[in-house]
Amino acid sequence: MSTHRIKVTVNGTVQEAEVEARLLLVHFLRENLRLTGTHIGCDTTHCGACTVLLDGEPTKSCTVLAVQADGRQVRTVEGLEQGGKLHPVQEGFVEKHGLQCGYCTPGMMMTACALLAHNKNPSEQDIREAISGNLCRCTGYVNIVRAVQHAASRMQET
Amino acid sequence: MADTQEPKTDAKICGMGHSMKRKEDPRFIRGQGRYVDDIVLPGMLYMDIVRSPFAHAKINKIDTAKALKVPGVLAVIDGPTLAKYNLHWMPTLSADTQMVLPIDEVMYQSQEVCAVIATSRYAAADGVDAVEVDYEPLPVMVDPFESLKPGAPVLRKDKKDKKDNLAFHWEAGDRAATDKAFASADVVVAEDIYLPRIHVASMETCGCVADFNPAEGKLTVYMTTQAPHAVRTVVALVAGHVGLSEEKIRIVSPDIGGGFGGKVPVYPGYVIAIAASVVIGKPVKWIEDRMENLQADSFARDYHMHTEIASKKDGTMIGLRIKTIADHGYTNASANPSKFPAGLFSICTGSYDFKQAFCEVDAAYTHKPPGGVAYRCSFRVTEAVHAVERIADVLAQKLGMDPAEIRMKNFIPKEKFPYKSVLGWEYDSGDYAPALRKAMDLVGYEALRKEQAEKRARGELMGIGVCSFVEIVGAGPSKQFDILGLKMFDSAEIRVHPTGKAIVRLGTKSQGQGHETTYAQIVAEELGIPAANVQVEEGDTDTAPYGLGTYASRSTPTSGAAAAMAARKLRDKAKKLAAHLLECSPDDLVWEPGKFSVKGSPQRSKTIQDCVFAAYTNYPQGMEPGFEASWYYDPPNLTFPFGSYIAVVDIDRGTGMVKVRRFVAIDDCGNIINPMIVEGQIHGGLTQGLAPALFEEMNYDENGNNQNGSFMDYLLPTAVETPAWEVGRTITPSPHHPLGAKGVAESPTVGAPPAIANAVVDALSHLGVTHVDIPITPEKVWKILKEKGAAE
Repeated sequence: MSTHRIKVTVNGTVQEAEVEARLLLVHFLRENLRLTGTHIGCDTTHCGACTVLLDGEPTKSCTVLAVQADGRQVRTVEGLEQGGKLHPVQEGFVEKHGLQCGYCTPGMMMTACALLAHNKNPSEQDIREAISGNLCRCTGYVNIVRAVQHAASRMQET
Repeated sequence: MADTQEPKTDAKICGMGHSMKRKEDPRFIRGQGRYVDDIVLPGMLYMDIVRSPFAHAKINKIDTAKALKVPGVLAVIDGPTLAKYNLHWMPTLSADTQMVLPIDEVMYQSQEVCAVIATSRYAAADGVDAVEVDYEPLPVMVDPFESLKPGAPVLRKDKKDKKDNLAFHWEAGDRAATDKAFASADVVVAEDIYLPRIHVASMETCGCVADFNPAEGKLTVYMTTQAPHAVRTVVALVAGHVGLSEEKIRIVSPDIGGGFGGKVPVYPGYVIAIAASVVIGKPVKWIEDRMENLQADSFARDYHMHTEIASKKDGTMIGLRIKTIADHGYTNASANPSKFPAGLFSICTGSYDFKQAFCEVDAAYTHKPPGGVAYRCSFRVTEAVHAVERIADVLAQKLGMDPAEIRMKNFIPKEKFPYKSVLGWEYDSGDYAPALRKAMDLVGYEALRKEQAEKRARGELMGIGVCSFVEIVGAGPSKQFDILGLKMFDSAEIRVHPTGKAIVRLGTKSQGQGHETTYAQIVAEELGIPAANVQVEEGDTDTAPYGLGTYASRSTPTSGAAAAMAARKLRDKAKKLAAHLLECSPDDLVWEPGKFSVKGSPQRSKTIQDCVFAAYTNYPQGMEPGFEASWYYDPPNLTFPFGSYIAVVDIDRGTGMVKVRRFVAIDDCGNIINPMIVEGQIHGGLTQGLAPALFEEMNYDENGNNQNGSFMDYLLPTAVETPAWEVGRTITPSPHHPLGAKGVAESPTVGAPPAIANAVVDALSHLGVTHVDIPITPEKVWKILKEKGAAE
């Protein structure tokens, strides 16, 4: 198995590593870097629990090789809180009870962040479509939609 | 019947009735939860499992030579390896038996064949690919009806003297009296109603890290279990002969990414990982992938219910009769109380005042994965409710009655509670008509019926479906309820530290339900210590008191009650301490949340924190120091939450696609501890009711091949298909629960599928359709429309 030297910027920190060509980005994050907030739910790119931002785009890290992230920017749930201040999406999920078991939550929040970066005032339907690649088995989505709406209004205030 | 509940405590104490933000959220939104796959121990090895591609085959040979040459692979464990320790078989929770690893025959597709132990996750997977198994395919039995026919080949040849494939027969009610009621009826209608095999598909799969420490002789297992204490006892009973004694076994259930019943059973993977760790002396991690999870772990439902109802001309229901064929797969691995092999199916008389009923279940062995588990339901209640709520509509259709009207006519009247049902349950409390009326008002029932008539005249398909269910949760009283002999009480232990801050440990285990918040609020309610200062811990058998775990909506009915009772014990002690501090008689004291004061002199008072401090620093002579209490709560009865749901659907005549336009849910779960959490549980449960109603089914072909073994073809609802749930409530407290609470999270999973199915049938009723089995897929509807000449 060939190995490759990669350099990935994760949550603002440059991470260099020698990795097997087949190593999945999600395993690189979880096992090499011990950033375990990104979860694995399905292996077939359906559930979105592993969603991270790759150069700002929501990306299912179970279907990306670590070597494909070479030279790129990755943001994970651990990178949402800045200087002790929660991201508005994190606040929204707490305020609106947008999480229960917490397993889909990091991926769901990363997708929401990407949506709000592109669309500052999304409609309910916009939000539902944006998160339709992220499965949640606990909440029934209603409160996740409310959480994202809450975040959107907070971000508009600032 | 009320629908509001004023909190007795202020926002600082935050007892019952406050929508306190969840105490567990700060770690989850930061990605700091600790799920089992997040756990890494020094020297940890990885396990991956070779699974059978055949539903039934003889194993001629397992060749591990190539696998053992894969870099990083240390060992391959197979059935004969485990047989040396007599660990190749294990009991199921229903006291049937199950292979851990086979010796020479596999009985279902994806059954564990052998396990590879390696130094990394990837090396273990390489090892699995390199194992060569020589299978000889054998005839496959997939149909439970065929399986139960006389002369069918016997599947369980491992069971001595077993001459057929009947896993069990169970029945309830008076058959003869019910037959007589049917014979005297004006109207009888019948349907074959199938609730398909489905899978809980929690977002986190199952797994464990088994860590045997040879120096201490102690086994610690971090595992995805909803019932850690029961697992500890089962491990001790199963593996006692190899030296694992219960005091040397610690089960830790960390954060769990959803359970829904799927994390109650002990799967072979756990046992193999434990055996590997004991033999090798190092920690071993095993984490299922999604396909293993869907294809091998316990299923739910798979009930074929021939359902009949008898009534008078005016729609008065007089009899119910249900004969069920249940497909249990290769073994009966149901997670059911031992006296109830068909779970609580005998709740099938539902919300109605039936005078006669009889139900029976014949359970069949087939070459499918074993089960079944609950899928967010209290032991087969979903099946029972689906049968009665569907057949009630079939009857209404036959009589030309409105579905709401027939329900109102037959509801158990409020005055009859506590109500003894004909199948033997004592419903604790209920008031069904107001809940249905409220649902009808919220949805605008009469206007919708008018809209439906107009649309029907234009050829459009719209349906309104009603379901008025009753649940039976909180198992359960020890006289009836045990699993493998363990009585189904549950527990709480409260320790209050000198500074007035508390830690509470319980025998249950949250999987997302918000126990860390809810239980803190219960203690706050009873003791007046702010919920913010009450730390809740569950899941570590070395520290938590013994209990049977979380499933079947039992946590609030059992451990919630235990927490309240333990807190009351402490409040009594606080009263004595307050009297000591105030130099008065305890009888002169009055309690308000957070403090005792002297009757008539409210300025003379002591806070609960003062009392607690005194328990460590200044207690009366003869009093036991400290401020701790525990309670093991054996509930006197089950609790019976209920509700009425109304679904409105539109059907596309071109595609057969069903769209749930609106869904109104009125739930009554008794007194509410945290309204925000209760509403969240209802939203989630409704979505897990929508799922099997329209999308989810685990299919097998005639060779026993799973057709829905990944998220590519096992369809969970996304945010797009899920409607904006409209919820409301009535409040009818439980008379026997210390807090008047009942349990809630499963009601919506039980009530939603028949509401949606009834709506679809209602939309098609003018075409002569009386029943459609769930999941109601576009294909199924389109075929009906085509057949009836109504497709576009």
